[in-house]
Amino acid sequence: MALLECESLRKSFFGVEVLHGVSFTLDRGSVLGLVGENGSGKSTTMNILGGVLARDGGRMRLDGRDYDPRGPKDALAGGIVFIHQELNLFENLSVEENLFIGGFPRLARGIPFINRPAMRRRARELLEQVDIRHPPGTPVAQLSQGERQLVEIAKALSVDAKVIIFDEPTTSLTRREAERLFTIIGRLRGRGIAVIYISHALGDVMRLCDDIVVLRDGAVAGGGPRAAMTTERMIALMVGRTLDQLFPERSSAPSATPVLEVRRLSQPGVVHGIDLTLHAGEVLGIAGLMGAGRSELARILFGLDPFREGSIAVCGEPVERPTPQLCMERGMAFLTEDRRGEGLLMHAPIAENVALASLDDYASPWLRFLERTRLGSEVERMAQRVRLRAADPKGALVKNLSGGNQQKVVLAKWLLREPRVFILDEPTRGIDVGAKFEIYKIIDALVAGGAGVLMISSEMEELMGMCDRILVMNHGAIQAEYRRGAFDGERILESAMARRAEEPA
Amino acid sequence: MDRATDNARLRLLLLRNAPLALFLLVIAVFGTLSDRFLDPQNFTNILIQSSHVAILGIGMTFVLLTAGIDLSVGTVMYLAVALLGIHMAGLPPLLAVPAMAAVGVLFGLLNAFFIVRLRVAAFIVTLATLFVGRGLALWITNTRMVFYQDQVLSLARAEFLGVPWAIWIFAAVFAAAWVTLNHTPFGRQVYAVGANPEAAAKAGINVPLVLTAVYAISGACAGVAGFVSVTQVGAAASSFAVEKEFAAVAAAVLGGVSLFGGRGGVAGTVFGAVLIQTVQNGLVIVNADPYIYPLVTSSIIFLAVFVDSQRSRILERIGRRRIRIEERTV
Repeated sequence: MALLECESLRKSFFGVEVLHGVSFTLDRGSVLGLVGENGSGKSTTMNILGGVLARDGGRMRLDGRDYDPRGPKDALAGGIVFIHQELNLFENLSVEENLFIGGFPRLARGIPFINRPAMRRRARELLEQVDIRHPPGTPVAQLSQGERQLVEIAKALSVDAKVIIFDEPTTSLTRREAERLFTIIGRLRGRGIAVIYISHALGDVMRLCDDIVVLRDGAVAGGGPRAAMTTERMIALMVGRTLDQLFPERSSAPSATPVLEVRRLSQPGVVHGIDLTLHAGEVLGIAGLMGAGRSELARILFGLDPFREGSIAVCGEPVERPTPQLCMERGMAFLTEDRRGEGLLMHAPIAENVALASLDDYASPWLRFLERTRLGSEVERMAQRVRLRAADPKGALVKNLSGGNQQKVVLAKWLLREPRVFILDEPTRGIDVGAKFEIYKIIDALVAGGAGVLMISSEMEELMGMCDRILVMNHGAIQAEYRRGAFDGERILESAMARRAEEPA
Repeated sequence: MDRATDNARLRLLLLRNAPLALFLLVIAVFGTLSDRFLDPQNFTNILIQSSHVAILGIGMTFVLLTAGIDLSVGTVMYLAVALLGIHMAGLPPLLAVPAMAAVGVLFGLLNAFFIVRLRVAAFIVTLATLFVGRGLALWITNTRMVFYQDQVLSLARAEFLGVPWAIWIFAAVFAAAWVTLNHTPFGRQVYAVGANPEAAAKAGINVPLVLTAVYAISGACAGVAGFVSVTQVGAAASSFAVEKEFAAVAAAVLGGVSLFGGRGGVAGTVFGAVLIQTVQNGLVIVNADPYIYPLVTSSIIFLAVFVDSQRSRILERIGRRRIRIEERTV
């Protein structure tokens, strides 16, 4: 009998169904690989399993009994432990304290003192099972990422986990640390613990998992035992669908005039030898896995983070020491991946957000008072240009807008400055399909007007649908370049996931 | 590890030991300027004089460890002293200490109600209660001096086993706080909440309870500090314990407690309090112009906050997520 059965799980957010009946089973002592693109429903499924979200339909059975978690505590009580990408450890405490922070062994019942010798003994046993050789009193701050992950596993063992869910466990690990993790996962399986392994690293999934489930658009696109799977088939299942109707026809072709030139750009530990040229009228995509250095590159280009070597030139003019102010003056715009946190003043009205980056241009010559009428009419013009839809197109608070309209506000803010270079980091993240299409149309209009767009995205289809060229980043360097017409989703994914060979320092 | 990180680690080591170096420097300077400064009796005096700030700072440490702040502690000292001095003047000292601590606990629970339940920023809440509490105390005392009786005052001179009572109380509070922070589940959970409240909640820690407790503890310490302080001066004017919250925060930060939560301990705080008092004591002994006392003290406070921010910045730089280039950077 299966340990865990999930049957047609459904979930809707704000009336939009994002999970359309996901089913799978998990056997004792087996590893289930769960793969799919970002937004395919992996996290939602796992959050339902972990009790973070309530399901709208379907049923789950754990150990032959109905499993109906009301919160994370129920999941934990049922023996389901979630090891997140960002670990939940306290760096200021020791390893043993982290293991027992939820329930320390006491000197005696009713006495509020920690039984340190007992804690140490039990911590040693647990750490031994995950091959950590450090003394239990070592501060977590001194452990490597890989070791911290093993501490999380030890924590799971301390509560007698039946199911351990790993979410992208290898992204911040070195290869050697990953190998160590796989050994431990093998050992967990041997003890009858079931593992759900979520990862973009398909090679690892093929090696590690007994069964594989591929999700796409909130439904199971396919799956089966490892023997019946290949990496190529997984990618085909993940990407799926025809692209034609999802993207607007591109209305212009790129010119030969470069607007952004980056040469040998390096920052130790972040990016290495980046060479790229963005032309006027071009959409240049940057593909890559989470943690490949894409957003970090964008931040460096916009002067938010330093770089050690290399050069950046905007519209032919070198930018010696970029700061955001300087980059903006030279005609750059940067739409960050964190719209709510970095792109918008959520509690301010639309007009204030749109005007934010241009206030200096609308100040009167001497006393520097804000020319509100001139600014107001320009803001209105921009709102129309991005087809912003809100009951009150100027006064509505940004926090009350949909994700798509919020992103339009960010775009309008930058359009007001008439930039030549747009860096768009995940421009359609968390936006529904209809609004995505409108964002794509705005991007098309931008490049038709002679701007260059550098588009970072985790959605392969979006890159293939919109870009003239796609650069693939992998471990901080550019791994491959593909031109429109030669786009091949599988090959791009392969480049993004390739284990990078030893490279010169 | 590359060299940049090694450099950062070295600077971190220096910053970590900066207060100790400062302490030795202070002793050397004042010791050269005056023979009286190095007299053992003077060190006992320093300990007695620093005891109330140290006790305040110990309570403050609990709050700071959760990344909070309690600005109302000076007010609580005055309020407790005023209440006890006027309404329970005959209370024997043995009962006066717990009674004043209880006043502080009630006040701390009031702070915690606004901070934990109503989620108002601790800075704002305790800034407000600082004024509310002092207003209340002024109303109780009609702004007149509160005099304490001889049985309380005699404590200032009294000794037990050759050690003055003020130091005994100081030591008892310190020991209790140290054991609580280091050897009880509650203490370790205080550290956990300060480092990452979300992860703490996920680990099953009752975060609101921990936060409530730290403000109650800070209040209790302020009450006890009020008692210790009033035994030394004998009476409380309306300016009693004004701005003591700054001394308490300064002592804690100087002793290595981070304003951002999760780092530091009560031993450091006690060290910080003694350091500040040593400087003030030294200034008195060398007959420095009284007008420069606040300048020197505030410079030390500034130094403390500066050192803390540097330390946090370097820690962050060392800990920043790096994209691994396979084994090469490891």
